[in-house]
Amino acid sequence: MTATFPVTGTGAADVATLRVTGKHVQADGVLTLELASPSGSRLRDWTPGAHIDLVLPNGLTRQYSLCGDRWDSTTYRVGVLREPESRGGSSFVHEQLQVGDLVGVGGPRNNFPLVPSEQYLFVAGGIGITPILPMVRQADLLGADWRLLYGGRHRASMAFLDELAPYGDRVQVRPQDEFGLLDLPAFVGEPREGIRIYSCGPAPLLDAMERTCAYWPPSSLRVERFVADEAAAPARTAPFEVELARTGTTVTVTPDLTVLEALNRVGVEVLSSCRRGVCGTCEIPVLAGRPDHRDALLDDDERQADDCMYVCVSRSRDERLVLDL
Amino acid sequence: MTATVPTGTSAGAPTSDVDPFSHEVLEDPLPMHEALREAGSVVHLSRYDTFALARYDDVHEALLNWQDFQSSAGVGLSNFRYEEPWRPPSIVLEADPPRHDAPRRVLQKVLGPRALRRLREGWAADADALVDEVLARGTSFDAVRDVAATFPLRVFPDAVGIQEEGREHLLPYGDHAFNAFGPANDLVAKGTPRVAELSAWVNTQCRREVLAPTGFGADIWAASDRGDITPEQAPLAVRSLLTAGVDTTVHGISALLYAFATHPDQWQRLRAEPSLARTAFDEAVRWESPVQTFFRTATTDVRVGDVVIPEGRKILMFLAAANRDPRRWADPDRFDLSRDPSGHVGFGMGIHQCVGQHVARLEAESIVTALARRVATIEIAGPTVRHHNNTLRAWESIPVRVALD
Ligand code: HEM
Ligand code: FES
Repeated sequence: MTATFPVTGTGAADVATLRVTGKHVQADGVLTLELASPSGSRLRDWTPGAHIDLVLPNGLTRQYSLCGDRWDSTTYRVGVLREPESRGGSSFVHEQLQVGDLVGVGGPRNNFPLVPSEQYLFVAGGIGITPILPMVRQADLLGADWRLLYGGRHRASMAFLDELAPYGDRVQVRPQDEFGLLDLPAFVGEPREGIRIYSCGPAPLLDAMERTCAYWPPSSLRVERFVADEAAAPARTAPFEVELARTGTTVTVTPDLTVLEALNRVGVEVLSSCRRGVCGTCEIPVLAGRPDHRDALLDDDERQADDCMYVCVSRSRDERLVLDL
Repeated sequence: MTATVPTGTSAGAPTSDVDPFSHEVLEDPLPMHEALREAGSVVHLSRYDTFALARYDDVHEALLNWQDFQSSAGVGLSNFRYEEPWRPPSIVLEADPPRHDAPRRVLQKVLGPRALRRLREGWAADADALVDEVLARGTSFDAVRDVAATFPLRVFPDAVGIQEEGREHLLPYGDHAFNAFGPANDLVAKGTPRVAELSAWVNTQCRREVLAPTGFGADIWAASDRGDITPEQAPLAVRSLLTAGVDTTVHGISALLYAFATHPDQWQRLRAEPSLARTAFDEAVRWESPVQTFFRTATTDVRVGDVVIPEGRKILMFLAAANRDPRRWADPDRFDLSRDPSGHVGFGMGIHQCVGQHVARLEAESIVTALARRVATIEIAGPTVRHHNNTLRAWESIPVRVALD
């Protein structure tokens, strides 16, 4: 096999705005989207358990776990369940988003990283399989001892069964209409040292996992709760202003520019390096306004503080941001 | 330099018999960098049967592309697929995904810009104190021995939390580790007799019971308590800081001071606009590239330009040559504070990009800001002496004379 360099740009616009290059039905109510840079350039690297923020053309931002292959540097894949109560996120993706559309992308960020271990137990419920899928691949690649218990309402609603089939009896597929509720105590067994348990799925499943693992050594169990499909402040697609507190200068940031580029245009030097929101070099303190964080660095709590931003990729939720520059 | 004129081709690449690790080249590598850059995207180095990249775009791409250019076969000349490493390999620098993921994530948090905020004030005060001490002794001093090699050793070991005793082992240990990325030449031989002693001391410093209860070391061990890395990985993660975090900043700060001593107008600019200190350091890292090179190994037959580098072969990336590639940088040989050095590869790029870069910047910013507060002019006051290392562009001595306000 001969690998060739993909054409790359270094501009952040290349990794923060992606094109939908594939839309496939995976199961009843579940589809996967494939995303790639319009220029075909390398995307930001990710690790199993990571999610991206997808800024949809209707202005809503939703988080989706990455479930593709990290060795494919130019494509992301996410799985999207049609939520019956959708307020415009999943229903938009299912009904309106088309191959060829552009979407804003923040991250990837990982609140659910796979930590090193020789033994893993994975428990996935429904669409909770999406972050678990790359984890089982990785555990397998590392030669770890692992098993997966995968539940869903019925077989036809469970995504990626074909991709899990090659793993044989490491994977137990347990649709509820055939097997009833998942028998967690039987799967997990007695508390033991040295095993990492990962679970993702609906809240009742995760609550049950927490009860089941209550007597396990601390940090044996790691769960990811999907953020509800709730109304968050929509990201701005309109221009916004950045005020530089030390000089009083105001800069307008139009949608085709990053904040960094807009600052450079008016002669304000900000040191940067990766220009992809991964290295942390361009961190600038934020004095007022709420940034639209698109970096891969800040965790959720740090984002909420809204006290700094990475100007190479992050933008604004408000009409005006005040930076300590 | 006739040695770098292409002497044939291999795998379609021009060939050169230059020895990038010879004393002649280490004394002044710039002519070789230029010759390699101009010879082609890829040059075959016949002496080591390895492939070299020297142009910015190619080096940048190879750094980002961990899929085709792996690190786990070693980032030096030695190929770990066939050769025994001189010490247990690094779990960050010499690891690929997925094994690289967890330790990298832990170090990134421990050394991240937010984590360093609590060090800023203390380091500024330490820098002022050191500058006062040095200037109290007189206005002529050695910028390497008295400042660049002193300041990092005052602040960094404390920030990691290692014991006082034996800190003089840090520089020789790092010097040997960086030599060991090159061929087994006289520089490696020079360090070999002390390897056992130095390694034993460094390994002891990485143990939990030896480390201070607060600091980068303690933070790394706390991550292992949470299960983010294993208890076996924790000491190796601490070791990576002690290996990569001392000599690099000493020579990085030396490079910055040398640049100012030889560019008086740039020193005046910095004095007029002290907030340029950060940019100045990155410009010095671009200009001098304290870490000159790292290797990768091809995981597949990989095409670069017109050349296909065969699977399993070593690739030498000249960060230093990329940082002065005229295809990327206007007037690359100028040290210039009005340049935006962003995007230089002196700290690498991609998943292995220097995890200590914010530490290095904070050290440099602290010390150069302290100097700028008191020193009106700075000039070279005697013959400067290079220190030769297979990987680092380093200084032994930079005698300077300063005038105070
Ligand atoms: C001017 C100072 C420095 C320079 C020029 C420098 C340069 C570099 C470069 C070029 C790499 C990339 C290696 C590769 O791609 O294979 C790197 C990685 C690394 N650096 Fe630095 N470094 C500096 C300071 C530091 C400091 C202060 C620390 C520790 C606090 C540090 C710790 C590391 C570590 C642990 C890695 C490995 C990261 C990984 O593989 O993920 N460095 N450094
Ligand atoms: S330049 Fe790396 S985070 Fe912005």
